[in-house]
Amino acid sequence: MLNLINAAAAQAGNVPPTLIIDICLMAMLVVVAFAIVRIRSLFAIVMLQGVYSLLSAAWFVSLDAVDVAFTESAVGAGISTVLMLSAMLLTDRKSAPVPVKKALGPLMVCVLAGAAMFYAIPDMPAFGDPDSPANTGPGMEYMTASVKQVEVPNVVTAVLASYRGYDTMAETVVIFMAGLGVLLLLGLNGNAGFWQAKVQGQNICTQAAPRARILTSPSDKPNTEPRAPGDPEPSSKNTSVKKVAAKKTAARKTAAKKPATKRTTSKKAAKKPAKPKGEAS
Amino acid sequence: MNSHLILRTVSKFLIPLIVVYGLYVHFHGDFGPGGGFQAGVIVAAAVVLYALIFGLDACKVAVPPSWIRIGMTTGVLLYVGTGVVTWLLGGAFLDYDVLRNNPDHPAGQHLGIILVELGVLFTVATVMVAIFYAFGSRTPDISDEDW
Repeated sequence: MLNLINAAAAQAGNVPPTLIIDICLMAMLVVVAFAIVRIRSLFAIVMLQGVYSLLSAAWFVSLDAVDVAFTESAVGAGISTVLMLSAMLLTDRKSAPVPVKKALGPLMVCVLAGAAMFYAIPDMPAFGDPDSPANTGPGMEYMTASVKQVEVPNVVTAVLASYRGYDTMAETVVIFMAGLGVLLLLGLNGNAGFWQAKVQGQNICTQAAPRARILTSPSDKPNTEPRAPGDPEPSSKNTSVKKVAAKKTAARKTAAKKPATKRTTSKKAAKKPAKPKGEAS
Repeated sequence: MNSHLILRTVSKFLIPLIVVYGLYVHFHGDFGPGGGFQAGVIVAAAVVLYALIFGLDACKVAVPPSWIRIGMTTGVLLYVGTGVVTWLLGGAFLDYDVLRNNPDHPAGQHLGIILVELGVLFTVATVMVAIFYAFGSRTPDISDEDW
């Protein structure tokens, strides 16, 4: 493969192999982006977003931005894929097709903005140009000063943790606040939907919030103990619905009494058997 | 995910390696690419992989949710605490040079950066796990066919 690329580079004259790699990666990014726009299955879209992150991480490596590539592959391809999957679990598996409309105004805006960007490209400094603003400004001072002041070979770490220590501290606090917000809104065990409020003497609780380990709709089979194969089905739908309602209230009462961390273990016993295939959730 | 024998075996082998690699990324962040943030995300990814393979309930036994509150606050306190210590030692806030008095070699900088990034690692890893727990706990585990 590399031989092929080198041979192609030699044929084309002075084209460096990294340029070919860059072009290939950019082309793959465009293809993946179009696939994300076209596909309706959200599962495939989430996976393709991971692929997109991984491709851009590879591209960052070829631009020598290794730290950025590291973050992109860890956060973009790793964590955010999982978070998207768990968000998808709560919502839907397919997106409805968006009707195609002839929106001329937005199209004109896109075309004009794209043309303006292409017009601006020749004014940009070449990659790695020593006279570019990035390489003549204060960035170079960090490169020379950090060798003596910090003695850390990785200048990115030196700048982040030492010179810009305040910024990184605030970033850590921002991440902390994000976690705090998630914990306050959702709760660690998915039990934030259990809140109740008494507004002007009227009891208000969230009936609509999806709950952990509790069957939300009557169509979910309520049986906790697996039925023997010979046993008959539950006779009528009405009784099963009542059972679910009774179980719901019972579960809610136990959940309200127990502290949040203990709940998962108590709910383990009430875990339902695997749903039969084909039953829509 | 009871039937995936290969996935379970491979991830049992991989998860410790992922955690060790995360620690390597943190402690080697001075010399190579990486740092506390990336290391935290990698460690969190190990926990998420465990939850995906063995189920969320088993994961909550291995990494109890009570660790999350402790880890989040420990991280921020470690970062700010390093600044306060430099303050008390007579330097400016987050001026690591006073951590180790050495006129010809800035050894305090190394120590300070490692400590501060350790705080970032704690906060990032636990917050990522917290977000995953919060989302993942809202629906019961589903079987493979339901995806």
